[in-house]
Amino acid sequence: MDWISPSDFLSIPFDDWVNAFVKDWLVPNFRPFFRAIQWPVVQVLDGLEYVLEATPMLLFTGALTAIAWRTAGRGVGLFTAASLLFIDLIGLWSETMTTLAMVVTAVLFCVLIGVPLGIAAARSDLFEKIQRPVLDVMQTIPSFVYLVPIVMLFGVGVVPGIIATIIFALPPIIRLTNLGIRNVRSDLTEAASSFGATPWQALVEVEFPLAMRTIMAGLNQTLMLALSMVVIAALIGGGGLGLTVFTGLGRLDVGNATAGGVGIVLLAIILDRISQALGEKKSVRTVSLASTLRSFFAPARSKEPDARERAA
Amino acid sequence: MPPKITCSELYKIFGTEPERALALLKNGRDKDAIYAETGQVVGVESVSFKVDQGEIFVVMGLSGSGKSTLVRMLNGLIEPTAGEILIDDIDVASCTKEELRAVRRDKIAMVFQHFALFPHKTVAENVAFGLKIKGTSVAERRERALAALDQVGLSARADSYPDELSGGMQQRVGLARGLATDPEILLMDEPFSALDPLIRRDMQAELLELQQKLKKTIVFITHDLHEALILGSRIAIMRNGRFVQTGTAEEIVGTPADDYVSAFTGDIDRSRVFRASSIAVEPATIALSASASDAVHRMEDLGLDALHVMDGERLAGILTYRDATKAIREGEGALQGVLCRDFPSASPDDHLHDLYPMAQSGLPIALSDSHGRFTGVVPPRAVFAKLAGAV
Repeated sequence: MDWISPSDFLSIPFDDWVNAFVKDWLVPNFRPFFRAIQWPVVQVLDGLEYVLEATPMLLFTGALTAIAWRTAGRGVGLFTAASLLFIDLIGLWSETMTTLAMVVTAVLFCVLIGVPLGIAAARSDLFEKIQRPVLDVMQTIPSFVYLVPIVMLFGVGVVPGIIATIIFALPPIIRLTNLGIRNVRSDLTEAASSFGATPWQALVEVEFPLAMRTIMAGLNQTLMLALSMVVIAALIGGGGLGLTVFTGLGRLDVGNATAGGVGIVLLAIILDRISQALGEKKSVRTVSLASTLRSFFAPARSKEPDARERAA
Repeated sequence: MPPKITCSELYKIFGTEPERALALLKNGRDKDAIYAETGQVVGVESVSFKVDQGEIFVVMGLSGSGKSTLVRMLNGLIEPTAGEILIDDIDVASCTKEELRAVRRDKIAMVFQHFALFPHKTVAENVAFGLKIKGTSVAERRERALAALDQVGLSARADSYPDELSGGMQQRVGLARGLATDPEILLMDEPFSALDPLIRRDMQAELLELQQKLKKTIVFITHDLHEALILGSRIAIMRNGRFVQTGTAEEIVGTPADDYVSAFTGDIDRSRVFRASSIAVEPATIALSASASDAVHRMEDLGLDALHVMDGERLAGILTYRDATKAIREGEGALQGVLCRDFPSASPDDHLHDLYPMAQSGLPIALSDSHGRFTGVVPPRAVFAKLAGAV
């Protein structure tokens, strides 16, 4: 005898509901709106791509090498020069520049959106509580799941790819901005307000500079996540190194796919080292790795100290 | 002159429903019962005091006594549950946020226990912080910051970062930061507690010296009664959120209000608390024109070993019984020749500790005030009687 299962009596047409929601309501009603929010992304991407494509390879290599050398030291500088030279020699320069433009655009928008949201979360426990599950979903949901609605709303192309990348790469910068500002020593914020600082003055003068190192760690994470999305973005029409890997995969062209992969890895290492070094440089106060990790998993630590502590 | 700070019936209750706890508290329930029943913690209970312009008002209490909460209510960092706090004529407890910020920018500055210097700013930028918040121009900011640093002797380190300085230096910067905006009131929350004992003593002396010049109104929080006695014009002893006694150093040590206070005052060096004036008695004098035998008679009548000799309004010297009788034996009638002009003297404000060397001679110590007026004498025996707590 078969066991009785609830689905014998009742089935929920969840997929139909989602279809109805997206196809019959979201797309017809909000397509113009979603088209419109692409506009700033398109402007930034086109500008960046134009500049990067127009810059001669040697000039760009020299400039990035100089930046890497100054911020992260001689080793990273030499590595940058060698990597960019290798990428050029294996014939992927143009693709690399496209990928770089996409990644930088995505990260720029992540910062523009994520830092204010992180500050808001640090200021309001309620906002943090609301935001937390949303960020959890953004980080756990497989990106393939939201590629479909993104294509329906934004169409196919590089820009929808960047939008998917922004969704994927946004959580760390929000979380670490929140953490960085919450971790600023309470006596320092108290000192700021004891001199009559407005909340904005306290943020600009004290909290933000002291949280900078943690925020830079968030930026680094966001950057790395954005790079890891380039192959997936190629699925919906994003170009660059992701496309090289993707077509290599389609044709079982192991050489081409590997070349694209190596390009992504080299770019990732360069950007990681430079962005990490920027974080170190601006550092004034350390947040340990352990506490950073804890903040991802543990429930939010209440900003208000325990009543008994306060009484002291 | 009206008091600078007037607090009346201040209460602070931490928790989610302070009103309920406040009602219970006013009905006479004790704090532990209120905590058990409502989960609300009583921080400060029914505290009232006044601080006059130019006074150092010290609040002394152990950790958990509510002293840090109290000082934070004075500049609105913690909002009181009930009560009134007048700074001049503004009620900090009920004014708007904008008014409160104006009070903090212009009238009150705070110095913190762990210095609370901004690690990303230089010493000069730290000191100029209050001025920057007020919107002072860059050039004036720098100038006033350097002037404030000069007052604490640190102008040479203006461009260092706080972590390059020692603890004592860091707190000097904290003090300079408080002084830079030229506030009328300085709140000091255990400013010297984190320092080494020797540095602490230097800082206390330096603060008193600065105060001579600046005449700020200071509310000083400490857990150290020694520090309170050294610095305080008046001292409040705080326990479990209440003031148990308020008074001068001499009142606190001389007449402790209860066992709790006397437990603290027990190991205090009384010789550094009490002043000569507290044990002064009416001087026994004789005019310079009197004769030696008059003097001997007077000493015998009063049962004294020595008399102070007055030349009109001026104190001419001291005459001992031995010298007087010797003069009579030798036929010397006038006091002029036998009085001792090298007599022990002190100021009424000197501490008993300063009288020790003089008390050794056994002669009464003459007290002259700052105008040179002869106001009284301290019999040497009284010094030790006072120290023993007999008076």
